[in-house]
Amino acid sequence: MNFPILSSLILLPSIGALFLFFTKSNKKNNFTIKYVALFTSAVNFFLSIYLWILFDSSTSDFQFVEERIWIEDFINYKVGVDGISILFILLTTFITPLCIISVNNSIKERLSEFLIAVLIMESFMIGVFCSLDLVIFYLFFEAGLIPMFLIIGIWGGARRVYSAFKFFLYTLLGSVLMLIAIITIYWLKGTTDVVELYNSGIDIKYQNLLWLAFFSSFAVKTPMWPVHTWLPDAHVEAPTAGSVLLAAILLKMAGYGFIRFSLGLFPAASEIFTPLIYTLSVIAIIFTSFIALMQDDMKKLIAYSSVAHMGYVTLGIFTIQQQGIEGSIIQMISHGLVSAALFLCVGVIYDRMHSRLINTYGGIVSILPKYSILFMLFTLAALGLPGTSGFVGEFLILMGAFKDNFLVAVIASLGVIIGAAYMLWLYKRVVFGKLINTNLKQMFDLNRSELFILSCLAVPTLVFGFYPDPLINTIEVSISDLIDQYNLKLASKS
Amino acid sequence: MEISIIALPLIASIISGFFGKLIGDRNSEIITSLLVSISAIFSVLVLYEVIVNQYQENIIIAKWINSGSLEVNWSMKIDSLSAVMLVVVTSVSALVHIYSIGYMSHDPHKPRFMAYLSLFTFAMLMLVTADNFIQLFFGWEGVGLCSYFLIGFWFKKESANKAAIKAFVVNRVGDFGFALGIFLIFYLFGTVNYSEVFNQISNITDENLKFLGITFNAVDLICLLLFIGAMGKSAQILLHTWLPDAMEGPTPVSALIHAATMVTAGVFLVVRCSPIYEYSELALNVITVVGMSTAFFAATVALVQNDIKKIIAYSTCSQLGYMFFATGVGAYNVAMFHLFTHAFFKALLFLGSGSVIHAFKNEQNLNNMGGVWKKLPYTYSLMIIGTLALTGFPFLSGFYSKDAIIEFAYLRGNTTGYYAAGIGIFTAFLTSIYSWRLIFKTFHGEYNNKEIKIDETHESPIVMLIPLVLLSIGAIFAGFLFKELFIGYEGLNNFWQDSIFFLKPLSTDHPPLWFLLSTPTLVILSIPLAYYLFVKNKNLTEQIANINKPLYQFLLNKWYFDELYDVLFVKQSKKLGLFLWKFFDLKIIDGIGPDGISSIIKKFSLKANKFQSGYIYQYAFVMLLGFSALLTFLIVK
Repeated sequence: MNFPILSSLILLPSIGALFLFFTKSNKKNNFTIKYVALFTSAVNFFLSIYLWILFDSSTSDFQFVEERIWIEDFINYKVGVDGISILFILLTTFITPLCIISVNNSIKERLSEFLIAVLIMESFMIGVFCSLDLVIFYLFFEAGLIPMFLIIGIWGGARRVYSAFKFFLYTLLGSVLMLIAIITIYWLKGTTDVVELYNSGIDIKYQNLLWLAFFSSFAVKTPMWPVHTWLPDAHVEAPTAGSVLLAAILLKMAGYGFIRFSLGLFPAASEIFTPLIYTLSVIAIIFTSFIALMQDDMKKLIAYSSVAHMGYVTLGIFTIQQQGIEGSIIQMISHGLVSAALFLCVGVIYDRMHSRLINTYGGIVSILPKYSILFMLFTLAALGLPGTSGFVGEFLILMGAFKDNFLVAVIASLGVIIGAAYMLWLYKRVVFGKLINTNLKQMFDLNRSELFILSCLAVPTLVFGFYPDPLINTIEVSISDLIDQYNLKLASKS
Repeated sequence: MEISIIALPLIASIISGFFGKLIGDRNSEIITSLLVSISAIFSVLVLYEVIVNQYQENIIIAKWINSGSLEVNWSMKIDSLSAVMLVVVTSVSALVHIYSIGYMSHDPHKPRFMAYLSLFTFAMLMLVTADNFIQLFFGWEGVGLCSYFLIGFWFKKESANKAAIKAFVVNRVGDFGFALGIFLIFYLFGTVNYSEVFNQISNITDENLKFLGITFNAVDLICLLLFIGAMGKSAQILLHTWLPDAMEGPTPVSALIHAATMVTAGVFLVVRCSPIYEYSELALNVITVVGMSTAFFAATVALVQNDIKKIIAYSTCSQLGYMFFATGVGAYNVAMFHLFTHAFFKALLFLGSGSVIHAFKNEQNLNNMGGVWKKLPYTYSLMIIGTLALTGFPFLSGFYSKDAIIEFAYLRGNTTGYYAAGIGIFTAFLTSIYSWRLIFKTFHGEYNNKEIKIDETHESPIVMLIPLVLLSIGAIFAGFLFKELFIGYEGLNNFWQDSIFFLKPLSTDHPPLWFLLSTPTLVILSIPLAYYLFVKNKNLTEQIANINKPLYQFLLNKWYFDELYDVLFVKQSKKLGLFLWKFFDLKIIDGIGPDGISSIIKKFSLKANKFQSGYIYQYAFVMLLGFSALLTFLIVK
């Protein structure tokens, strides 16, 4: 394979962004601008599908590896994918074009700048998921914040500046520590190449501190309790497309990081800190579910539910069970689809009524029937109904957790009850009931692009609910190998 | 053919749900009814094969979740147990589909309604034909979802929406236990497929587990957890509160979901898992106690309710209690028999009451009815058949199944058994009283409705009566015809084969004659008694109620379960949510975290500002100070 497919995936969106950079954003050009962006991201999506087809799921080795020397003896540009990362790349390339279609209705000003931010972010995110060098990973990981920061800060709502800074402050805090950890690793081992580090391992006495440094960065981005309070604010102020990118892709970087680096590089420390992760995850699931119950702002409610869902993810990863980790990855993919769809659903009615408050609405089912059906589907997926992708992830995670620790699994399962309560209550208050607010009568049902986007998200949500085999097949070998390696390293060192 | 039993309702649902507008109301009604009826005919054929040729099959349709050692398939397991359930589900469903054509004739959303009914049928079939616990769970939640949709079908009614959410969330509480049971099974056996689990069960009967410092027997724990799920779905006491509220849904829904099929899923679960339950004496005793308490509790509440559907709902709750205590005393086949007969007469009663409600133009209060038996002759006589069957009047279907339950409870020979038998007889008496109260208050006495003139009430159309007639045939003959097959001594090992497992065979003794005669006697005696109390001498009833006011209020308010749960759970959850949000997140985390840090930095920078005053003499003074301090330091050193 000589064609550098991964580099193309990373670079293509940026090239599109470069085109947009030279086009002025005005009414006349907006059409062209959108189609350039859409075309670029669509090509990227098909390219990633091609990657998935070529991908060999029978091995856990890194594939499509490219290596170029950047700074002699220090940083190599090295990318490659295995079963763990490839699904995240697909998620990114799938969500981005949908986001670009959705800007139709929400972004009125500086369209080309907005799309540049989106495309650049796509580049960075793909970079995160396929970099095999710690420094490269760090660069992509942190750079990804900048477009998001701008999206919230420029196109956001009334309190956008506060939210943007809160977002930045939180995430920066963890990042600095991770950078120090990466430098330490280079200083210890003389390389930042992930594959080499996997093979040689890191001395047990340094692992705890290094693990904590990585953890501080990942915990903020996940977000785990108690460093989650930036997320509701960021979501509320971000424009719809921003929320979608944030929830669907940005939050997944940390989950991926936990699997790839925390488990892969620091098994001994992971073993020690598992109780910490369990505690925080369980608190996140229960606390934020209760908080979500009381929200009166739709976006905040979904944001809090995201924290709870990511609580399941972190819980599943540290069970170090096949079911737990596979469940976590499927949960992340599913959450990427479902939370994206839910934020888009909120966006749809926000564009029409300019209100995110639940009590503005009520009884819209007779005016927006198509919308109500799709919204119902995603509500059900969010509460983990069997037959949707949400169920597969959640159930596998809890199964894995039960094998490892009864108490944790029991408490985490309680979240399933509260989850049903807040999602159904939200849906009831928005969609069912009598139509009291007469202004709502001016609303119109989904237009063609909205219907298209939501259907695109509905299909995989259902398909992977009934037939998750394509997903599980892709990750199975990589994960069982990861667990074997993990246990091997633990055994050899203790 | 087997797969089409499941597939046809799904196809019907898709056609009616997505293309209902396109093909029109009438066509979607016909298509859904037709496809479900075909599915019912196939089910009968399958049951025939099972009875005659001992047909058994486990069809794998597709892979579902394969993760590590977990292997779950979409499958269709056909054995005696699932064949019986197939027939119950599809036949009642087909009749309800047909009935709905008449009942929903004034509703603007017919295709949606039919689609939900068919979808429900599909989910219920997935539930009963599963060969593993996870597909069972899929069907389990699927029927819960359809029940949610159908209870809240009239989405403009606030009470209907509330009832729908309540049903789903209370069921989720049960599902929480159920899911933990599945996790535990997977933990212990490494598989969730019935056959593999049941084969290994005898190896782990002595296994113990520690949880929160308490040691549990693994089998007991599995059984109790699964039973929590069954309690939720089958509305047993503590988790029953959703079922009476579920009557907000259209009446055909109550007949199909909340009487004949979905609510019996819990009983089905326990019977299906008989190979596990047989090893847990503790769980069986718990089930007996819960079942019997529910039977008694629901019957007492049904005595004083005034909503015709709520009475039947509590009656369902009570009859489910009977089924559970049958399983609790190990008589799984008798529980299945009662489930089978109950489906017919309870669906008949619900559809009959729907016919009454239809006649009174959506009136459900008993006090606004009366004296119409001549106006509604068919409905009246069919309801009488249903009532006779329900109360266990000799030689109708309820007689065979309910009395068998009480007998087997007696024959169990232990304390819970005797206790259950006693409560069972007394509850049978209560059942008879409240059922006849319903009949007499609805059809006899004076005409009490002020809004509709008696001449305006009318008999239901033929499309609604035909299903009633068919169900009444079942209500009359199902018991007599299937007795030998289901609970006969020879039929025991032949028909059920290995779908029901008995650790020690059921007793073949007969209880004493006085015991056998007591229930039918009470049941027959209660008819004139009820007539006297509710038609002849109504003042006496009122006096009794007045004398025992607190008791009457206690029963009328359904033992205050709803109020208690509201105070204990609903209000507390909301309070907790507000506290965690407003205090914990906003005050503590944000206050100390980002907002705190930024305000500290702000304060410092304000102070630092003051140093940069711009006056040269201040800078010179600070320099001088520093210089002298340095000098002092050097000299002293």
